[in-house]
Amino acid sequence: MEPRELARGTGLSVHEITVSFAGITALEHVSVDVAPGEVLGVIGPNGAGKTTLFNVICGFVAPQSGALRWRGEPLGRIRPDRLAALRIARTLQGVGLFPHLTVLENVTVGATRFRRAGLGSALLGLPRSDRDERALRERARAALAQLGCENIDERLPGTLPYAVQKRVALARALVCEPELLLLDEPAGGLDARELSDLAKLVASLGSSVAVMLVEHHMDFVTSVCDRVVVLDFGRVIADDVPRAIQQDPHVLEAYLGRDADTGDGLGAEARATDARG
Amino acid sequence: MRRLGGSAALRRSTLLRSLGLVAAGAVVLALVSEGLGAYDNLELATGAYYFAVLAGLTVLVGVSGQISLGHGGLMAVGAYTVVLLIGNEQWALVPALAAAVVVTSLVGIPVGAAASRLRGPYLAGATLAFAVGLPALADKFPATFGGENGLTINPPTPPSFLGASFELERWEAWIACAGALIVLFVLYNLLHSGFGRALRAVRDDEIAASLCGLRVGRAQTLAFILSAGCAGLGGGLLAVVLQLATPGAFPLELSLTLLTGVVLGGLGSLAGAIWGAAVLVLLPSWTNDLAHSFSLSANVENNLPFAIYGLVLIGAMLVWPSGIQGGVRELGGRLRRLRAHRVAER
Repeated sequence: MEPRELARGTGLSVHEITVSFAGITALEHVSVDVAPGEVLGVIGPNGAGKTTLFNVICGFVAPQSGALRWRGEPLGRIRPDRLAALRIARTLQGVGLFPHLTVLENVTVGATRFRRAGLGSALLGLPRSDRDERALRERARAALAQLGCENIDERLPGTLPYAVQKRVALARALVCEPELLLLDEPAGGLDARELSDLAKLVASLGSSVAVMLVEHHMDFVTSVCDRVVVLDFGRVIADDVPRAIQQDPHVLEAYLGRDADTGDGLGAEARATDARG
Repeated sequence: MRRLGGSAALRRSTLLRSLGLVAAGAVVLALVSEGLGAYDNLELATGAYYFAVLAGLTVLVGVSGQISLGHGGLMAVGAYTVVLLIGNEQWALVPALAAAVVVTSLVGIPVGAAASRLRGPYLAGATLAFAVGLPALADKFPATFGGENGLTINPPTPPSFLGASFELERWEAWIACAGALIVLFVLYNLLHSGFGRALRAVRDDEIAASLCGLRVGRAQTLAFILSAGCAGLGGGLLAVVLQLATPGAFPLELSLTLLTGVVLGGLGSLAGAIWGAAVLVLLPSWTNDLAHSFSLSANVENNLPFAIYGLVLIGAMLVWPSGIQGGVRELGGRLRRLRAHRVAER
């Protein structure tokens, strides 16, 4: 594969990250990068370290060694609550919405980084605080409209179909206008039509947004990703365009090696995941 | 047309709504207080300072999702602050009460910071230690805090423009109600602002909240400090109404009773805090009257109120699992549906 060089000062670059928990190595010298406008898929068997990689980028897990750079700046000790301000957004596995907040409130929380009014004006109920609120709600409504979620502002997430909840979760991530979007199993639980809608949406994000997604659904990965990184036992075993990944002997071995009888490689993993979902 | 304009302004402005609420509350409370005798005015004052504490506690527990078994201890901080400042330093009432809020909020900072790092039973345990330990300080330093007998102050004097015949108890009720309305104003504004929503988001899912850019620990600490300030004001008002601060006024049971009040009234709702305060004031005297109406032996008669109290609480939670305010809301929803149904039939 061709060595890739990010243009200086753009995208996310993960360099030689190592993470171990109690002696078990979850990630070993993992290097991955993703450029603006690119959609990168991260796949691998269960336990390969995909979610751990996301957790390192989000600051939930501190790596033992290695470095991250975002838009050319080193990301030191990352705090999850600083990500939105750095224009990094993440969706969570499943839905991860606030169950007792309405749809509009959920997405408005995602717009927190645009909040200007302080606690004092909130406690005194000053017009400044109201204006701020209206501005945030407008952003939230726009993000919901972008995802085709209209007329559900006042609903609670639990009363909506699963696919709609996932869209709301995506709206909550997009409302902060991210330049890096981390999607944790965005296709999980979606049917064929919802998947093609999601694929169109990811494709429409434009050239300024870098997307990184962890996914088991191979057809989806193949259709939306420009490039795929394969993790196995915490190591990167392949990094290439989807078509090449499907033929890669190391990848086939990683998926087939352990239970060669169950089927045709990547498809089997995808089916197993669908059955669980 | 003008009415429409007015309601749009109300919808847009949190300040107009909270001020309207406070003005309406002030009028109602003044009228109620006018019709009450001395004893009942004291009950009103008691209900008002309970409301101040319960409103802060319901925001902490119901909105920010934390728990505190230590609010009785925080009330003690407010009460002693007021009594020391008025008794020893001859401070006026309003600055002394303001100081009670400030001092208790300051005490709330370390407790809240610790609380934001603790969860569930550990948080309950830590705050419990506060409720048990703090009043005991009064015994430890009798020279400052007056030991077991506590400290007393002179009763507040009604201002002369209210007339010479203005009762002390009514004046105390007014003071306590004014404090309660300030708490209502501040917390209403908070709950209808982005900060209120942030607290609820943190309560629902800390990881998702932090990924949205909310500082989880800071939000939780903030909720604790606010809630502590309310408890301090409530405790200070208690000291003004009773003209007394003693360790015995802030037993562990008080902290537990406060939690009972917010749960019974309806968690996370200011209206629920009103119900809770009413229950805390009225239920003990009602159960007492009821127990004494049976003319039983003294032994039974003295313990029966507790049994009835417990039964009423159990019964209420069975009927209204989400508190009295939850029950009221449900009833309102049912009435609206019924009316919509009738309109549809026509």
